[in-house]
Amino acid sequence: MLLELKDITKSFSGVDGEVEVLRGVSLGLDAGETLALTGESGSGKSTILHISAGLEVPDGGSLHLEGVEINGLGEAERANLRRSEVGIVFQQFNLIPSLTVEANIGFQASLAGRRDKTFESELVEELGLSDQLKQYPESLSGGQQQRVAIARALAVRPKLLLADEPTGNLDESTASAVLTAMLDLVGRTGAALMVVTHSAALAEKMDRRVRLKGGVLL
Amino acid sequence: MTNTILRALLSYWWRSPLQLFTFLMGLALATGLWSGVQAINSEARASYDAAAATLGEGQFDQLVPRVGDRIPQSVYVDLRRAGWLASPILDVTFKGVRFVGIDPLTTPTQMSSSSDSGFSLEDTDLIFGNAEVASVLEGFVEVTIDKSIPPGIAIADIGVVQRLFKRNDLSRLMVLPEQPIRRPDLVKIAPELVVQPSQQIADVAALTDSFHLNLTAFGFLSFAVGLFIVHSTIGLAFEQRRGMIRTLRSLGVPLSNLLSLIIVEMGLLVFVGAVLGILMGYTIAAMLLPDVAATVEGLYGARVSGTLSLRPEWWLSGIGLAFLGAGMALAVRIWQIMQMPLLSAVQPRAWAIASAKRIRGIAILGMILLGFSGLLALIGTGLGQAFALIGFLLIGSALVLPWLTIKLLDFAPGKGVITSWFWADTRQQMPGLSLALIALLLAVSANIGVSTMVSSFRVTFVSFLDQRLAPELFVRVEEEKTASALEKYLLERELEVLPLLTVERPVVGQPAKLYGVRVGRTYRESWQFLGADPDVWDQVSKGEAVIVNEQLARRNNLWVSDEVDIAPGLNIPIAAVVGDYGNPQGQVVMGELLFRKLYPNAVATSFGIRTTDTANLRKAIQADLEVPDSGIINQASIKSMSLEVFERTFAVTAALNILTLGVAGFAMLMSLLTLAGMRTPQLAPLWALGLTRTWLGVLELARALGLSIIVFICAVPLGLALAWALLNFVNVEAFGWQLPMFFFPADYAFLGGLAILATLIAAAWPAIQMVRKPPATLLKVFSNER
Repeated sequence: MLLELKDITKSFSGVDGEVEVLRGVSLGLDAGETLALTGESGSGKSTILHISAGLEVPDGGSLHLEGVEINGLGEAERANLRRSEVGIVFQQFNLIPSLTVEANIGFQASLAGRRDKTFESELVEELGLSDQLKQYPESLSGGQQQRVAIARALAVRPKLLLADEPTGNLDESTASAVLTAMLDLVGRTGAALMVVTHSAALAEKMDRRVRLKGGVLL
Repeated sequence: MTNTILRALLSYWWRSPLQLFTFLMGLALATGLWSGVQAINSEARASYDAAAATLGEGQFDQLVPRVGDRIPQSVYVDLRRAGWLASPILDVTFKGVRFVGIDPLTTPTQMSSSSDSGFSLEDTDLIFGNAEVASVLEGFVEVTIDKSIPPGIAIADIGVVQRLFKRNDLSRLMVLPEQPIRRPDLVKIAPELVVQPSQQIADVAALTDSFHLNLTAFGFLSFAVGLFIVHSTIGLAFEQRRGMIRTLRSLGVPLSNLLSLIIVEMGLLVFVGAVLGILMGYTIAAMLLPDVAATVEGLYGARVSGTLSLRPEWWLSGIGLAFLGAGMALAVRIWQIMQMPLLSAVQPRAWAIASAKRIRGIAILGMILLGFSGLLALIGTGLGQAFALIGFLLIGSALVLPWLTIKLLDFAPGKGVITSWFWADTRQQMPGLSLALIALLLAVSANIGVSTMVSSFRVTFVSFLDQRLAPELFVRVEEEKTASALEKYLLERELEVLPLLTVERPVVGQPAKLYGVRVGRTYRESWQFLGADPDVWDQVSKGEAVIVNEQLARRNNLWVSDEVDIAPGLNIPIAAVVGDYGNPQGQVVMGELLFRKLYPNAVATSFGIRTTDTANLRKAIQADLEVPDSGIINQASIKSMSLEVFERTFAVTAALNILTLGVAGFAMLMSLLTLAGMRTPQLAPLWALGLTRTWLGVLELARALGLSIIVFICAVPLGLALAWALLNFVNVEAFGWQLPMFFFPADYAFLGGLAILATLIAAAWPAIQMVRKPPATLLKVFSNER
């Protein structure tokens, strides 16, 4: 199993004290598998995504990526694992505003030390970004920025791709086109994909769907 | 990975050239003013050191005549024969150049040759001097240029100087450090000479230390103002890059790598800014050095080279301080990044909101510092405490300003919706603007404080000139014979003649000038005292008491009725203390009769004359006694010359004042510009609700105007407190005199106008940007695509 979460618990401090967001969540994801994580707002979807990426540390439970216990790793080791094995598509894209589209796409691959310009060109072509390569993120539409974020996450050829509402800011037809391209590219790279979404249409296209409510999987 | 991260970090500056410009200019201005002042100081100190090394002053004991300033050559020969190891020196001043004749065979080696440049006086008739001296003496004598010779000095073999000026005597004898164990007492061989210990000889460097400390304080103030810009810019740059930092970390950049590279990035930028600052400092120093040289010469009689050298001590200190200042600002930001959760929300105004919470705490700290300042005013003594008092006063006030401004804004008038929003929004802007407002406060108050001090000094100095320059005509002659003829000539015309009798001798162990005055109507009517017995002039005239100047009194803790030694074994009470702003030396004024009795060989060669017909008397003296025109000066010329020296003396202060105000204006401009970039989301809703862009631009200008008026209102009392501290503490310690404080409301109003104008100019750019902002940019605020 590529990713394995066991009895994950997580709480955050709120105005009225501690808020328990995840209450013993267990979940697995095989290589090449696609999974949709659905649920109401505040149900803990994004928190699972962040914990899977090593961005958040769970309060309890265990988390393995390719058999490695992530909880036991230090900050630098988690960062190392993230930049080489995990691609993340954030809801707000998180592009680097001072770099061009081209530099943004190749950024994580450069960090990981495995930049493949031919593959990047394929991604650009597939995601329809050829005309925007020299532009800066501020001049792109939301859909275009989302596609740049997807290209950046895939360019590193991650084993695990995590996407938080990847089509949340897009209109229906653009969302469909982006999703098709993303699934095609995931299929070609052999990455596992975990998508957090409210969209039933998007969830339908995944191999598996799990629903989260009140911090537990239904 | 390193290259990729560094490229991403640097790309921010590439895309934000204004931020980059602000950062580099802030640092360059701060470093420039600091290193400029340090350059001046190190150049001056190098000149003093060169003078001390070349002339041996302050290093060796000297034998000087008890009376007059000449030693017959035979006395030197007698001393040598008796076993005294001494070296003769002849000092002659000509065309403002001090000719120093030394004996290369007996003088300490460092005085007759320089290993740096290779000049040597042995077996040569050459006269050595620097390029400036050579050009002054061109046509009179040929000078071999040697840059190691201190400014204003020509050095040669004593025989050469004697021949040149037709002299066969000496000025002083330098006592060599190694003497035979058994040598006869000086009194037996040469009773007319007295030993002047080396520590009693005026140490120019020590005398001028206070002046340079003043300059350093100004440089530091400018550096502090500049650092506000750097601090603000670094803070803003980190805030705007908070999102990028989060993204980098979420894409797998370890925190330690990121922080290391941020430090490298900042280090590169600070280095560039500091180098620009050093260049700026060099330019400033080169411009100010001639005025500083004039100041130091006018105040202390010390000569400073007019040309600037690139000395490591000042440019290294400039770079060091730039790194220190930027490092302090950076350390705060690095700590914040380390504390920042990886997934923290990107809030462009989060820093401002957080700062707002700290404003009250900072104000309390400021009040504590103001309390310390007050305490030092009550119990402190010494120059160090005086500067600490000023430091606490300025920093304390700066820290209180943002809180005070917010409190004052609570009283702002207006009931309408827009007015209410305007004041509320202004209060919200305070954290972002506070550093610029503090910079403006410091600059304006420093201007008010220093200009009050200088103007008070000017008023006092003019009154001092009126007292001291009461005679309408001054005549100076070269020959003693002409002097007695002149006095007789004038007395025959029944004019009041005031001979200027003077000798130099140590008083209370310090070098001083003794004056003998002819007490009459002029002295009785003109002189005003800081403290005096009721019958001062009667006592002085009878030789029962003396008058001392303020410097001598304050340095030695003397006042009226205390006693001073005016001749070997003769102590006499002080009848009055008089203000004296023309020189740093101690002075003792006694009656003519007593003076002539104590110093019978002293002859007056200068005379002050009271007359109602200056022009005719001048012509008559020239015709009857063949006194050259250059030897007769009228009162008005001396007054205007003295005032010119005074104005030049404070030209440096005025220049530094303007530069500091300029830096503050720049700080304001940069703060407003950077804030303007972040304010679109706050202003767009108002535009959407019906306020035009022009109206919003006008409101921005009005805000700047209102804030600058508040800052000016706060700066006036602070500036006056600063002036009070300068006049009552720093001046007393640095110059030895205490000046009365005068107020100059018109000057303050003009300065306030300048500060407001500088702020309005600074606010105009962002206001125009607001007016011209395309609707599409404002609309983006309401779009998810932003």
